[in-house]
Amino acid sequence: MHPVIRTVLQRLGLGLLTLFAVSVIIFSSLELLPGGFAEAILGQGATPETVAAFNKSLGLDRPPVTRYVEWLGGAVQGDFGKSFAGAGGWREENVRFVSDIIGPRFYNTFFLAALTALIAVPIAIALGLFAALYRNGWFDRIINSVTLTTIASPEFFVAYVLVLIAVGNKNGFAAVLPDGWGPMVKPFVSWIPDLPPLATVSKGTPFWEHVWKAILPAITLTLVIVAHMMRMTRASIISLLANPYIEMAKLKGLSPRQVIVRHALPNAWAPIATVIAFNLAYLVVGVVVVEVVFTYPGIGQLMVDSVGSRDMPVAQACALIFAATYILLNLVADIIAIVTNPRLLHPK
Amino acid sequence: MTSDVKPADKSRVKGSTLVEIKGLKIDGYSDDKWHPIIKGLDLTLKRGEVIGLIGESGAGKSTLGLAAMGYTKPGCKITAGSVTFDGIDLVNASQDRLRELWGSRISYVAQSASASFNPAHKLMEQVTESALNHGVMDKAAAEADAKDLFKRLQLPNPDTIGGRYPHQVSGGQLQRAMTAMAMSCRPDLIIFDEPTTALDVTTQVEVLAAMRRIVEEFNTAAIYITHDLAVVAQMAHRIMVLRYGNLVEEAETRAMLKAPTQDYTKSLWAVRKLEKKEEKSDDIALSVSNVDASYSGVVKVLDNVTVRIPRGKTVAVVGESGSGKSTLARAITGLLPPSKGRISFNGKDLPARLQDRDRDTLRRIQMIYQSADTALNPRQTVRDIIGRPLEFYLGLTGAEKDRRIVKLLDAIELNEDFIDRYPGEMSGGQKQRISIARALAAEPEIIICDEVTSALDQIVQEEILKLLMKLQKETKVTYLFITHDIATVRAISDEIVVMYKGKVVQQGLKSDVLNPPYPAYTELLLSSVPQMDPDWLTTLLRKRSGAAA
Repeated sequence: MHPVIRTVLQRLGLGLLTLFAVSVIIFSSLELLPGGFAEAILGQGATPETVAAFNKSLGLDRPPVTRYVEWLGGAVQGDFGKSFAGAGGWREENVRFVSDIIGPRFYNTFFLAALTALIAVPIAIALGLFAALYRNGWFDRIINSVTLTTIASPEFFVAYVLVLIAVGNKNGFAAVLPDGWGPMVKPFVSWIPDLPPLATVSKGTPFWEHVWKAILPAITLTLVIVAHMMRMTRASIISLLANPYIEMAKLKGLSPRQVIVRHALPNAWAPIATVIAFNLAYLVVGVVVVEVVFTYPGIGQLMVDSVGSRDMPVAQACALIFAATYILLNLVADIIAIVTNPRLLHPK
Repeated sequence: MTSDVKPADKSRVKGSTLVEIKGLKIDGYSDDKWHPIIKGLDLTLKRGEVIGLIGESGAGKSTLGLAAMGYTKPGCKITAGSVTFDGIDLVNASQDRLRELWGSRISYVAQSASASFNPAHKLMEQVTESALNHGVMDKAAAEADAKDLFKRLQLPNPDTIGGRYPHQVSGGQLQRAMTAMAMSCRPDLIIFDEPTTALDVTTQVEVLAAMRRIVEEFNTAAIYITHDLAVVAQMAHRIMVLRYGNLVEEAETRAMLKAPTQDYTKSLWAVRKLEKKEEKSDDIALSVSNVDASYSGVVKVLDNVTVRIPRGKTVAVVGESGSGKSTLARAITGLLPPSKGRISFNGKDLPARLQDRDRDTLRRIQMIYQSADTALNPRQTVRDIIGRPLEFYLGLTGAEKDRRIVKLLDAIELNEDFIDRYPGEMSGGQKQRISIARALAAEPEIIICDEVTSALDQIVQEEILKLLMKLQKETKVTYLFITHDIATVRAISDEIVVMYKGKVVQQGLKSDVLNPPYPAYTELLLSSVPQMDPDWLTTLLRKRSGAAA
C-alpha cells in the first residue's frame, strides 16, 4: 500500500476514535445540564408525577448508558432520533426528525462557509504572498494593520458597520447617522451596490438569490478570518527565505516574485493548510453571532436555541456535526501536508 | 569537444580578462555593528582560468567569491572598490541587469547540494530553470541538454535521473546535478563554493573529476572556494590564500605547493604532519563482540561488528557516512541497544540498555560530539555545563565544585574567566574545549569522540588534537575516535578500525592498516584522500581507469 494511503487511513481511524470520545463527552455534558426538557416545557408548577410521566413518554426514564448506546447506534446510521419539540403527548404528525430540522440549517451554514472560503482563502494567500514579497515595506505594514484591525474588532461590530453602509446607501444616511455626517460618508461608499442587509433565506430560495443575500455575512466573516491566514502565509514563506535553495534560486537569476511563488510557496503549504482548515472549521461552528445579526438561518442559531430549550437530540446532533467538521478539515490539512511534501509522497 | 560548442562560444578568447576586482572592501552587520569582512582585495581572472580561494572560516573567501558575481549575502555591503565582469560594472549594476547575468553568464555551485536543491521540485525542473527563464533554449532542448550534461558528469541513468526528487539521490549525485544546473546556460564563470566539503572522500574524487572535466571541456572560468589545500591543488591554476579578509599569498598552484612563502600558508599543512607514535597494548578496556544493531529493525546498521579497544590508547574508527561508525558509538553508550552480540567493559558484560546501567558505569564512558554548538546548551554558562557532571557523578558542590571547574579549564588551556561565559561568547575551538572538559569532569575511563574536529578549521583542529593527546598522557584515558578524515586518523591513533556498510573491514595497528597489503576497500579509501600534489587526481584517475580496463 502506498504510504500516503496508509497514513490517510490511519488518520481517518484516529479521527473516528476522536469522534467517539467526543460523542461520550457531548452526551454526558448535556446529561449534566441542570433541569430537563420536561421541566423546561411544563414550567415550574408541574408536579413530579407529570414530569415523570412526560419523561417516560420521551424514554428519558431509562438509564443514561442505554440511551447513549441507542443514540450512538442511530447516529452512525444517520438517524439522530426525534426532536423533543413537538413530542410528548401531541399528535404523531407533529413529531419532527432531528435530521429534518438540521438538514436545511446545515445546508445554509455550509453554503455560507463555502462562499466565505471562496472569497477569503484566495485573498488571504495573495495578500500573504505580497506581504512576504514586499516584507517590511509600506504595503506589508498597511496590510498587517488593516487585517489586524478587522480581526480585533468584534464580529457583530464589523457586521453592523456593513449593514449600516448597505442601509445608508439605499435609504440615505440621514436615518442612521447624525446630521451632516451623511454627505461626508456618502462619496466613499456610494460605489458599493445595494446589498440586502438581511439574509433571510428559506428552502425555496434560488441559488443566486441565496448567494446575493449571503454576501454581507460572507464579507463580514472574510474580514474576520483573513488576517490569520494571511499572516500565516507571510510568516511561513519568510521563514523559508533563509534556506540555501532560496539563495540558489536568486543566483539563478530569478526575480523576487518567481523566487517566492516557485521556490518558497511549494514548501509552505503544510502550515498554511493547517491554518486554513482551522479557519474553515470556525466558519462552520463559530458564526452564530453573524447569523443572528443577519438573521441567517444557520446551524449555530439552531444549536443555541436547542440548548436553551433542552432539546437534547438536536443539540447532540449539532455538537457531533461540529466535531466531525473539525476532524475532517484537519484530516484534509494533513493530507495536503503529505501530498505537497515529495519526501512523503515519493519515498526513496 | 569543440564540435558541440555553440558558435557564440568560439568568440571566447582564452586569456583575455574576464573578472577584475580592485580594492574591494565588504562590511558585514552583526551585534549592532558593521565589521569589515573583506579589507581591500584585488583579483584578476582570465577566461578559461580556474582560481582557488583558500582560507579558514571567516577568511572572507565565500564573500569574495560571491562578490565576483555582484552578490552580497543579506547583512553585507560593498563599501569600496570595483568588480568588473567582462566590462560590466557589477557594483553599480541594477538588480535587473544582475539577474540577466546570474544563471546565464555567471553561475553558482553551493556547498550543500542537498540544501541548495529545492525539495519540492524534481531535478530536471531545477536544472533547466535558468535556461528556460533566460530564454536560452526551449523546454525540449533544455531537457535534452541537461541529459547530455548528466551523461558527461557520469551520473547514473542520465535519461531518467532528472525525474527524481532531490531526496531520492545521493549527495555526490546531487552535487554533480548542481554542476549540470550551473552549466545549463554555458556560463563564462562558475563560482564553486566548497562544493565537495560535505562529501565522503571516495565520492569527492568522482565529483572533483567530473567538475574538472566539464570546466575544461567548455573552457569555463571558475573561482573555486575551499578550505582544503589538497583539493584546490587539483582544480586551480592559481591559488589565493586569504586570512581575516586580507590576501596572505598568491601564486601559481605548483609554485605555491613547492615553496609557500608565508608562515600562515605553511601552517595549513600542519595537521597533516602531526603524527602520534603508535603503541601496542593487549590490555583491553572495552570489547565489542559480534554486535548487530538497527534503527528500524529491518536494515542492519551494524553487522556482526567486533572491535577491541586497548586501555589508555586511541582507537580510530574510520569510514564514510553510512558506514555505521556513529551507530557503533550509540551501541557502546547504550543509546541504541544491540539486537545481537556482547559489549564487555573491564571484562564484565555491559547492560545493553542505558537505563539498566548504574551511575558509576555511566560515569566511566563519556562522549564528545561533532558540533559543540548543538551539544552545549546555549542558555547555560560554562559553570553549569562543566559543573553538572561534577555534581551528578562526583557529588561536588559549592566552592569545591568551582575549584574543580577552574582546574578543568586549566587542563583544557582556558583561563578561569571563562567560567561565567555562555557558549555564544566563545569561538568554535573554545566551545569544543568546553565539551572536552565536560567529558573529562566525570573522570571517565573511555571517551568516545564522534567527529570532534570535523567542523573546525585546520589550525584549530591541530590544537584540539594536541590537547586530546596531552590529556591522554596525563589521565591515561582511552579514546574511541570516530572520524572520516584520514589525516586526523594518522595524527592521533594507535589502532585503526576501518568500517564500510556496517561491517568492520579491518582492525589493526596504525602502521599495519595504513601500509600495504590493503583490503580492497581500505585501498579505495586511502587512495581517495587528496594529496598535496597537483597531479594526484590525474594520476589516480589514470590508475583507476587502467585497473578497470
